[in-house]
Amino acid sequence: MRKIFSLSLMTLASFSMFAGGYRVSVQGQKQLAMGHTGVAVVNSAEVAFFNPAGMSFLDKKFNLSVGGNALFAKSRFQNSQYNWQASTDNLGTPFSLYATYKIADWVSAGLAVYTPYGSSVEWDKNWQGAHLVNNIELQAIFIQPTVSFKIEDKFSIGGGPIFAMGSVNFNRNITPNPLLENSNVTLDAKGINATGYNVGFMFKPMEEITLGVDYRSEIIMEARGGSAKYERNAIANLNPAFTDGTFDADLPLPAEITAGISYKPCDKWLFAFDYNYTKWSVYEALNITIHNDNATPVVSNNLRNYKNSSTYRLGAQYKATDKFTVRAGYYFDESPVQDGYFAPETPRNDSNVYTGGFTYQVSEKLGIDFSFLYLHFDQTDNSYDYYDDPLTTTGYTSFGGTYKSTVFSPGIGITYGF
Amino acid sequence: MKNKFILLSALAIGFASCEPEFDKEVNADYTAGEADFSSYVAIGNSLTAGYMDGTVSKGSQMNSYPNLLAQQFALVGGGAFEQPSYADDVNNLGGLMLGGNPISTTRLVIDASQGRPENIAGVPTIEVSQLQQKAYNNMGVPGAKSFHLIAPGYGNLAGVAIGAANPYFVRHATSSSAMVLGDAMTKAPTFFTNWIGSNDVLSYATNGGATSDGNTAAADHNSTGNLNPATYGGNDITNSNVFTSVYSQIINTLTSNPNTKGVVCTIPSVTSIPYFTTVPFAPLSPTALGGSANINALNAALYNNLDAIFTAFGEPNRVNPLTATGANPLLITDVDAADRTAQITGALTPTYGPVIAAEFGAAFGKCRQTTSSDLVVLPASSVIGTNNANATAAMVAAGANKNGVSYPMANKWVLTANEKAKVAAATSAYNAAIVSIANAKNTAAGFTVVAVADMNAVMNQLITGIRTESGSFYTANYFSGSATEGGVLFSLDGVHPNARGYSIIANEIIKVINREFKANLPIHNSAYFPGINIVPTN
Repeated sequence: MRKIFSLSLMTLASFSMFAGGYRVSVQGQKQLAMGHTGVAVVNSAEVAFFNPAGMSFLDKKFNLSVGGNALFAKSRFQNSQYNWQASTDNLGTPFSLYATYKIADWVSAGLAVYTPYGSSVEWDKNWQGAHLVNNIELQAIFIQPTVSFKIEDKFSIGGGPIFAMGSVNFNRNITPNPLLENSNVTLDAKGINATGYNVGFMFKPMEEITLGVDYRSEIIMEARGGSAKYERNAIANLNPAFTDGTFDADLPLPAEITAGISYKPCDKWLFAFDYNYTKWSVYEALNITIHNDNATPVVSNNLRNYKNSSTYRLGAQYKATDKFTVRAGYYFDESPVQDGYFAPETPRNDSNVYTGGFTYQVSEKLGIDFSFLYLHFDQTDNSYDYYDDPLTTTGYTSFGGTYKSTVFSPGIGITYGF
Repeated sequence: MKNKFILLSALAIGFASCEPEFDKEVNADYTAGEADFSSYVAIGNSLTAGYMDGTVSKGSQMNSYPNLLAQQFALVGGGAFEQPSYADDVNNLGGLMLGGNPISTTRLVIDASQGRPENIAGVPTIEVSQLQQKAYNNMGVPGAKSFHLIAPGYGNLAGVAIGAANPYFVRHATSSSAMVLGDAMTKAPTFFTNWIGSNDVLSYATNGGATSDGNTAAADHNSTGNLNPATYGGNDITNSNVFTSVYSQIINTLTSNPNTKGVVCTIPSVTSIPYFTTVPFAPLSPTALGGSANINALNAALYNNLDAIFTAFGEPNRVNPLTATGANPLLITDVDAADRTAQITGALTPTYGPVIAAEFGAAFGKCRQTTSSDLVVLPASSVIGTNNANATAAMVAAGANKNGVSYPMANKWVLTANEKAKVAAATSAYNAAIVSIANAKNTAAGFTVVAVADMNAVMNQLITGIRTESGSFYTANYFSGSATEGGVLFSLDGVHPNARGYSIIANEIIKVINREFKANLPIHNSAYFPGINIVPTN
């Protein structure tokens, strides 16, 4: 835990399990406070993430938004059939940086740096589910140069390529069988690069209403030649399948399409609604191939069978005074994890999420944004039914119980513009 | 403004400290039900003592099913559970010493460098004469038959050397005249398990129905009608009336406190265990026999002659020539077979003369080939094909001296269909007695006093395989190598479960307790228990 904390501070890019799958919806303080709506909201440079087309409608010539969150994620596990208990507390620090510049009235350019995917879960070493995961840490930083064009006064399009950089570190025990004691394998890959894109358009049919659609493409993080290191006892040592080597694995970061509307009845009020559809079904399995002293590559197929999932977001903003703007939001986040595929590396089910926050405008140019986020998960009885023990030839075994998680995250950021 | 800021900060801190909480704690519904586990005593034999891999060791005892039960009982008011001390088994080797000499061997392990089971290297450090003189909660005594539990002197050190006492009970008997059951009762049990009776048929079965000399038939006292266990040989089958009377006495004693409840376990069909099912009845492949040239030679010298003689007397399939195209059965001595000593002697006299012909007659008079109804015991695997010491010079010269191939294997290596039937009949008589004694207790009380765990059914599943709650599938097929180690429930002695197997037995008993005494106890996850012990080198 302490290790993760220091690492997080160092890299500012470690995230905690949170929201559907390993998607982390914390991409901007203002919009986060509004239920992470934003595909049809023109508030700040954050729009470079939510909908690049919106950059064209920003009033100021230059806009900068920088922020970060401290994400406290806690999961508890118990199983009364076997009298088991386990827990994991994790801290993540997602961050974002957005800048836009209006080159001319019809064209704006920008840069977005954000961390939409990640997971950091560390259970007690050698806990009951250690054969599924002891700890996992996924990181991905997206860098997105962006351009937006205004077409007439009501319509804009925007987009940009995404350069993703990622790393993964995953440790689990080889088997629950005490014959190998707690022999385990650590998979580690850094510097995984991949590309994708983000495009959107925005339409303002009238003064009060904005419509937006955004599409962020699927990105497959292909780890090739990462290190596979075993900690093994004398018995595991007899088996060439458990020797050090390299590994290959693909982790998909799914495509996400968002459509939304915002309504600004007057200067003080703004309401927004977003609908996200994330194509998680691309994540069918985590297939790991290890090349080591074994005569043939050692293959571990871990079924995931995620389903496409929806998120429904509501947000509101009230400009109380010139200095002070408050925000609140709610969203329902549908988990992509299906029954029987509930693995403790992503112990999450559907969640109801409450957000809030405010901006204190220090001056015309500078504002300080605060946000908070609370994810409520109902306790859930679920299991992962597809564990294939390498020491048996008798099919899948199940690991499950009751899970209960909470996530809380305060965030802070600044907005600067002129 | 300032107030709002403080409010939000307070809210933030509040959320950050909030813990995920379950509707119910994990142990919220655990209950002892109608049972009282404050003093739990386990009665039984090796299965109860935690015997595995041919011995009890410090490590094996930790996974005895009574100890696994007691761990769960402790969640609902169970008291301390003490097992006989194995502190002197410092290196976890098992085995026994008597007066500085080993009287039983160390535990079996798989030596990975050799790919076979071996006794783990080392000398046992458990000295039988170090008397503990203490009653324990686990009163499982390896080797005990039903009537031994009420036999005074079964724990007398002086009796060990002459086979009149049990070294395991000697170690902790409270006195030289103590009875197992008497020592158990000093713990004033509020709850008991009783799994006794397997050895009343098991030693007969594992010795292939032979007495300790390996050749003579051991007695089935259901046939002899002998009701005095003091006169029984070690490998005899206990008369079922004796069993019933002893069992009643044990249960009456255990339930003499009207608040005491317990579980009794039926006796498994011992012939389903790997000890009897691992070596096939027809293990002699053409390759093992040295190819068709050798097979033809064996047929010409021996099998054709035997076949001709038996066929002439109306038993055409008692022995058939060996085939070069498939697996061949073993040549064995069946004490129940028609005796053809005279006929063989007569037939061979023209060739060998009367003296040598008589030698052949004596050795082959009761021989036959195994059939699929016979069970070859596990230790036979290291005897088949070796030279038989009883073969005479003439037989050696004729090549008729290889155990099971050209010389009949002794009685003890095979449990014949006949012998198997005696074991099965005795087992079902014992089990009928166990069930009816329990039922009578419960009927008299008007509620469940003695619940029955059908271990016979559970162990039978091990033939076809058992699927546990977590989906793990286990079978008795345990010599397939380390790649399938995780699917094995029996230890290397082929008779006793391994730790994983004992966890399944404990779980079955817990299910009975939960059902019959309205308790709610968690079970153990068998996948997290060790199976076969493998060492890189020995």
